[in-house]
Amino acid sequence: MIELEGLTKRFGSKVAVDDLSFTVRPGVVTGFLGPNGAGKSTTMRMMLDLDNPTSGSVRIDGKHYRELQEPLKYIGALLDAKAMHGGRTAYHNLLCLAQANRIPASRVAEVLDTVGLTAVAKKKTKGFSLGMGQRLGIASALLGDPEILMFDEPVNGLDPEGIHWIRNLMKQLAAEGRTIFVSSHLMSEMALTADHLIVIGQGRLLADTSMADFIHQNSRSYVRLRSPQQERLRDVLHQSGLTPVEAGNGTLEIDGATTEQVGELAAEHRIVLHELSSQRASLEEAFMQMTASAVEYHAHSAPGHGPQWAPRDKGA
Amino acid sequence: MTTPYPQQGPHPQGAYDSPIPVRAAHLGDALASEWTKIRSVRSTLWTLGVMIVLMFGIGLLSAVAVSAASPEPPEESVLSLGFFGVLLGSICVITLGVMTVASEYGTGMIRTTLTACPSRARVLTAKALVFFLLVFVITTVTAAIVGALQTAIADAGVSSGEDWFRATVGAGLFVALLGLLSLGVGALIRHSAGAITIMIGVVLLPLVLALFMFSESLREVQEFLLEYSIPSQLGVLYDTPVTGQGPSGWEPLWIMAGLAGAALAAAYLALDRRDV
Repeated sequence: MIELEGLTKRFGSKVAVDDLSFTVRPGVVTGFLGPNGAGKSTTMRMMLDLDNPTSGSVRIDGKHYRELQEPLKYIGALLDAKAMHGGRTAYHNLLCLAQANRIPASRVAEVLDTVGLTAVAKKKTKGFSLGMGQRLGIASALLGDPEILMFDEPVNGLDPEGIHWIRNLMKQLAAEGRTIFVSSHLMSEMALTADHLIVIGQGRLLADTSMADFIHQNSRSYVRLRSPQQERLRDVLHQSGLTPVEAGNGTLEIDGATTEQVGELAAEHRIVLHELSSQRASLEEAFMQMTASAVEYHAHSAPGHGPQWAPRDKGA
Repeated sequence: MTTPYPQQGPHPQGAYDSPIPVRAAHLGDALASEWTKIRSVRSTLWTLGVMIVLMFGIGLLSAVAVSAASPEPPEESVLSLGFFGVLLGSICVITLGVMTVASEYGTGMIRTTLTACPSRARVLTAKALVFFLLVFVITTVTAAIVGALQTAIADAGVSSGEDWFRATVGAGLFVALLGLLSLGVGALIRHSAGAITIMIGVVLLPLVLALFMFSESLREVQEFLLEYSIPSQLGVLYDTPVTGQGPSGWEPLWIMAGLAGAALAAAYLALDRRDV
């Protein structure tokens, strides 16, 4: 269990993390979601005591990170894939970490096997691809067989097979009763893996909810229709207690209606329909709406396209 | 490439129990970790290897030159011929000392290191101890072998025990302490090239500056720089000081220990307060 209380981090006048309080519970995958620059990595670094918070605190099973005796046995973290010395072999990079926490050397071979890097154990890590680096980082997180695991954007740079592997690994680890805390800027990724969701934007907490609740509340379903007899159609819909909303290009959208209901109504009044479909707003849209005001880097694109994601590029 | 995580069966809700026991880690574990780190990178082999080659090469060549120049055995101790090899070799030690810490910042390894061992003091102490002992042993042993060969080549008389002790253990301690100073500077600067440049400046600049201080008003500054520059202090250990005054006997070691201690203390404070 990880508890954050009023966690705040300022860099000069810029507030990177703003009074963040939430709890990461054991046995589930908790997704940590936010657009680029929302403060996810800074928050994770503070959880690991790498950055000092301006105010507030983080407790891991009730303790501050520095009070943990052999921290790798409590909490394993993948922060960024390249946080290893490139001139050292994969085996030695893991061995020196194991030794610092008195983890038996045999465990190094075990985790290398788990992530599928046994064949390159004696290779220097500077030649590793992004995906291999990511796997090595995950191996270092698993080294102490910890109860809590933190992954910062683990699917970044992985091929589809690697992404599939990480998803299954996280679910498996959570099923074993571990606490999993994973950050992402992709809602679709979270929808597949996370049970609980924490959303931040510009360092502030925007949502702390179960995934099911988030989907229930945020995925609006509506009926979309087009008709050459729009005026009559509107009147008919109003008379039946439905409120169509003009959505541009001559289409109407009706919340809380079914296609059957609308189709039958149109047939009854002999109104021609050119389109009648059931729509569901994607979670990605819901997420974009929630964080629209909190996106730090807007790409300037054609007007009317709403917030766009800047290309992901996180320097160090 | 993929190996699925071994099936262990689902646990009931609640804390996961690892079969690996948790005990209190201590300095010994950090030392083992740092020893693995320093022996598993190529830069250790390169820097210390070049130092050994320099000490042997320059030491033996100068002994051959001295014995060829005069048939008489030299008056002063032949051990002083080791000075130039050790002075040049110390540049390698400076490089290794800086790299020991700064390369962790360069590669991002420091974040992994500090998550494994959150005690900054323990990490820094372990790094300093492992590095110090490695450099001390290698310099002292090399200096002793080179000294013995020089004595044989130059056919000199037996040097006194004190001379031997200073030219081997003394030089080893001095170079290792200079390395610790570099390690501290590396931790403060966090940038290999920058820290190495600063340290080479620290070694060379006082002597070079002193050479250009002709003016009478700068006389005292010039003398101070000449007497206390790092090459001069190393020379004191070989009884070949640049001037007659300044530190003598074992004093250079105390001065260097003080400098290294100050740099490490500053490095510890910086490491403890800074974000990684």
